[in-house]
Amino acid sequence: MSVERIGKIEEEAAAAIAGAGDTAELEEARVRFLGRKAELTGILRGISDLDPSERGEVGSAANRAREAIEALVAGRAGELEREELGRSLETDRLDVTLPGSPPRPVGHLHPVTRTRRLIEDVLVGLGYRVVEGPEVEHDFYNFTALNHPEGHPARMLQDTFYVEPSEDLDPSCGSGPMDVLLRTHTSPMQVRAMEDSPPPLFVIVPGKTYRRDSDATHSPMFHQVEGLAVGEGLTLADLKGTLLEMLRALFGPDREVRMRPHFFPFTEPSVEFDVSCFRCGGQGELEGGERCGLCKGIGWIELGGAGMVDPNVFGFVSEHGYDPDTVTGFAFGFGVERIAMLRHGMGDLRFLFENDVRMLEQFS
Amino acid sequence: MRVPVSWLAEYCDPGLEPGDLARRLAMTGTEVERVSGRMGGDTGRFVIGRTLEVGPHPDADRLSVCEVDDGTGTRTIVCGAPNVAAGQTVVVALPGAVMPSGMEIGEAELRGVLSSGMICSEAELGLGDEDDGILVLEDGPEPGTPATEVLSLDEPVLELEVTPNRPDCLSIYGVAREVHAVTGAELADPPWDGWIDPGPEEVSGLASVRIDDPQLCPRFTLRVFTGVEVGESPAWLKDRLVSAGQRPINNVVDVTNYVMLLTGQPLHAFDLDRVPGGELVVRAAIEGEKVETLDGVERELPEGTVVVCDRDGPTAIAGIMGGASSEVSTGTTSVLLEVATWDGPGILKSSRELGLRSEASNRFEKGLHPALASRAQAIASRLLVEVCGCEAVPGMVDEGAGMPEEGSVRLGVGTTARVLGMEIPPATQEESLERLGFAVEAGEAGFSVLVPPDRAFDVTREIDLVEEVARVADLDAALPATLPATSGGGLSREQALRRTAEDAIVAAGFDEAVSWSFTSADSIATLGLDPTGDPRARPVAISNPLSEEQAVMRTTLLTSLVDAASRNLARGTGGVRLFESGRIYLPPAGNDEAGGSFPGDRPAPAFEPLMLGALVCGDLVPGDWRGDGVSADFFSLKGVLEQVAGSIGVSIEVIPGTEPFLHPGKAGRVLVDGQDVGWMGELHPSVGSAFGLGPSVAFEVGLERLVAASPSGQESFVEVPSFPPVERDLAIVIPETVGASEIEAALRKAGGDLLEEVVLFDRYTGEQVGEGLCSLAFSLRFRAPDRTLADQDVDPLWETIVESVESIGGTIRG
Repeated sequence: MSVERIGKIEEEAAAAIAGAGDTAELEEARVRFLGRKAELTGILRGISDLDPSERGEVGSAANRAREAIEALVAGRAGELEREELGRSLETDRLDVTLPGSPPRPVGHLHPVTRTRRLIEDVLVGLGYRVVEGPEVEHDFYNFTALNHPEGHPARMLQDTFYVEPSEDLDPSCGSGPMDVLLRTHTSPMQVRAMEDSPPPLFVIVPGKTYRRDSDATHSPMFHQVEGLAVGEGLTLADLKGTLLEMLRALFGPDREVRMRPHFFPFTEPSVEFDVSCFRCGGQGELEGGERCGLCKGIGWIELGGAGMVDPNVFGFVSEHGYDPDTVTGFAFGFGVERIAMLRHGMGDLRFLFENDVRMLEQFS
Repeated sequence: MRVPVSWLAEYCDPGLEPGDLARRLAMTGTEVERVSGRMGGDTGRFVIGRTLEVGPHPDADRLSVCEVDDGTGTRTIVCGAPNVAAGQTVVVALPGAVMPSGMEIGEAELRGVLSSGMICSEAELGLGDEDDGILVLEDGPEPGTPATEVLSLDEPVLELEVTPNRPDCLSIYGVAREVHAVTGAELADPPWDGWIDPGPEEVSGLASVRIDDPQLCPRFTLRVFTGVEVGESPAWLKDRLVSAGQRPINNVVDVTNYVMLLTGQPLHAFDLDRVPGGELVVRAAIEGEKVETLDGVERELPEGTVVVCDRDGPTAIAGIMGGASSEVSTGTTSVLLEVATWDGPGILKSSRELGLRSEASNRFEKGLHPALASRAQAIASRLLVEVCGCEAVPGMVDEGAGMPEEGSVRLGVGTTARVLGMEIPPATQEESLERLGFAVEAGEAGFSVLVPPDRAFDVTREIDLVEEVARVADLDAALPATLPATSGGGLSREQALRRTAEDAIVAAGFDEAVSWSFTSADSIATLGLDPTGDPRARPVAISNPLSEEQAVMRTTLLTSLVDAASRNLARGTGGVRLFESGRIYLPPAGNDEAGGSFPGDRPAPAFEPLMLGALVCGDLVPGDWRGDGVSADFFSLKGVLEQVAGSIGVSIEVIPGTEPFLHPGKAGRVLVDGQDVGWMGELHPSVGSAFGLGPSVAFEVGLERLVAASPSGQESFVEVPSFPPVERDLAIVIPETVGASEIEAALRKAGGDLLEEVVLFDRYTGEQVGEGLCSLAFSLRFRAPDRTLADQDVDPLWETIVESVESIGGTIRG
């Protein structure tokens, strides 16, 4: 036996391993060159029978050869596995052009809810609490305590839905045909909130309101947000700043607010407030000189009413800590639908309450 | 209030373009709805024409074919007026003209003849009432002359939206004073200046009045005019009235209307000969009394309506409308002129009860000062003589409670700045008030201000003066924008949790409906609720609904949801997943825990809990090419409800229990901590079909109750277990009548603290288990917090578990 023979075996093994086309052939080659009956195995087993002068040389050559062959087998085995996996994946094919599975549908909040939450969040950020009041309301809170005395023509400004007297109403209700009504604004909560907690008071009141009116811009039911701030030293300038912050949060940082003197029985002085048009930037005309359709060329969009709380209103809650001589306050109110329609370019108010899913699914 | 600019300018002319004046007024508290002309469009399309030839239409009996000279040539116009004739001077609307009605004139073929333009009638031009024929002008103006040079077609008119506190602005002179105050332009002396109330003198023999209750009628004045010739008013007077939106009637009535428009004080003219003895009585109407009003309608008077009566009974409804029996007509020769002051709230109430509003009631209801009556008498006396050729009988009947005491209002030095947050120099404040007609006396502590009668009801307090000063002060431009120091806001915990639950149901695939709070009694009736026992069958009813569809308040969200679902299905949507989070309206429950409690001293008239409701019709998850989706059945919706409740940490339990509108076998009550919070189930097929829905499942739960049960934010941390569990499966055969939740409860009780979790993973019914039985397979997980459990720990528990299953009628399988 010679070292040459070992080199020859190694060469033969390398060729056989490289030529193995699958894992079975490779195993066959491994058995042939490394198995119990393999020539190299025999050589290693017979080392002790060799002449001591040859033992070292042959022994180390044979061991090197075995390690080399083992490495080749392992290497080839890895190659073959990769090839075989590749081949099996080749046949495991998808038609990737088939439509994707629709995800579990996600629902949508109504645009009025989205807008109401947005307004709530803006005013919460300005330091207001959110309070809610009843929609079926006493005349007392809706009118009387808001400085609309009996027979006051301002009561006619709002076409009111009245509730039929019934034993099913709370016993505190009067039995007259106009004692209980659907609140025409969220303002009755001003009085309830002041009865509930002493000044300083910073609250907003989101909720449904009702007026007997129905056309594209009037709906017998709509949503308002009312704001009420009462404390010592509050001024009309504070109202202006509050409205400005709120409107900028809703309509963009470049907006301006405009206050026009007006009349509401429960505020004095009273104003209506406008926001500068966010389409034409308050210019009234678009680039190119075309009249802005959103603000109708005026540059301002009318939004709501506001004012300093009338001392007569404090008079109704003076025993709850609201002394008209020491506290002042401001209040503001506006329609949620109007804000939603402006922000999303919607035309007919009543469509909002039809809950057509093709409308609902447009808002996310 | 329509304010013709030329009329206004007679008393105050700021020299501004009408648009600029309108903006100035709008920014100082007088809303200008629009600036309109009498004509809507371009008045240049209206010219004077002359009819050259008029012949019959070949194909229509009532039409004439006219050749008209319009100054530039001859045009053919087909005209239907009976009075058209050759040689008339007429007003021609050329093609492109827009009529006050909004109609645009074009070229059109009328029965085969091309007509190019229109010959106008008085009514078509908005100049008056005459619509029987074309307006024929006196000869003079040449054809082609713009019609505006002959007729005041294009006079600008300010259309004011006057707030109810400002009846003074329902008058031309009142608006002039406002314009003076906000522009500084000079104000002419009041047109009633210089008149001194005459004493009773001669007139007392001809007319008298007795006021039964001076509360109702603070002042009643009468003058008598004799030798009246009733006829058409002069052109200037008609013109003013038409511009201001009033229909000219006859010279006497026109004068009363003119004076009302000028002063804001309504007047009423009686035919003296039709008021026996000239004797009038002011009193409240008795039940059943009737009067025929000027508009020819016989009206039954609500008891308490204030009426002006003659010997035969009511002859006018005070402050609202005169009566037909004493109406001034062509035969009238003597006029009895009433100028009175009425109690505002009384007029408002009567006008509302009668369903009758008029220019007069619109002013009286806001409250007028008795001093205004003399002003109106002053101008009317002069004009009636001038226009009707009559004589005023000296003297004036003047009854009533006398003038209210004049009081002054104090405006403290610092008050304006304290309210506005802006300094206005005292001199500016004083000037503003004086321009508005207040008499100001400056003192050390501030101003002492005397309020003119025009503003007597509106300005009574210091704060009212602040408003006057503020609005004239160009408030918007000058006022700084500051922010008050607030004290920390936020959503309440309950409000935040409500949002979380709503977001969870959105995430589960539901679209939110926001529906009318109204519904119809029929809709509620369809639900089959017990009319005596169920509060939901007793809705809050609206006494003046817009329609039967919206006549009552909803008592469940279900009516809203089925309504929205059926509308969507009718529009072709395949299926819907809808939810609503809103209030329902019920008789008071006397139970605050149920929700719907509000701040305030007086309880809410109705019980208005916030509910969360959902309805699915069609698939919950749509199918696709790989297979079916998740259909909307009881358990898929129950899963949604569990998920929504779970989003705020609440677990729900559903027990058998039905509603009349649900499938009796597929319905349940929803419990939270053992308390009933609502229902869920499949809609009863007959209810579904009544609303046009196929198989649908729905639930409705009290959102406030759900939130009240939420531990969110109040959970105490429990150590996460670190020892391994022992898991065992258990198959039970048990009668189907035993609820799965009952079995689970039995297992939990028997398993004690070591039993960590019980999950039902299979349910089988069929031949193999036998009729009326079912097989349920549970996997049970046991774990101890402090050690690794061994089989011998679980074995004794297992025996107890087996016993408890057997005690409720089950047997252990295999």
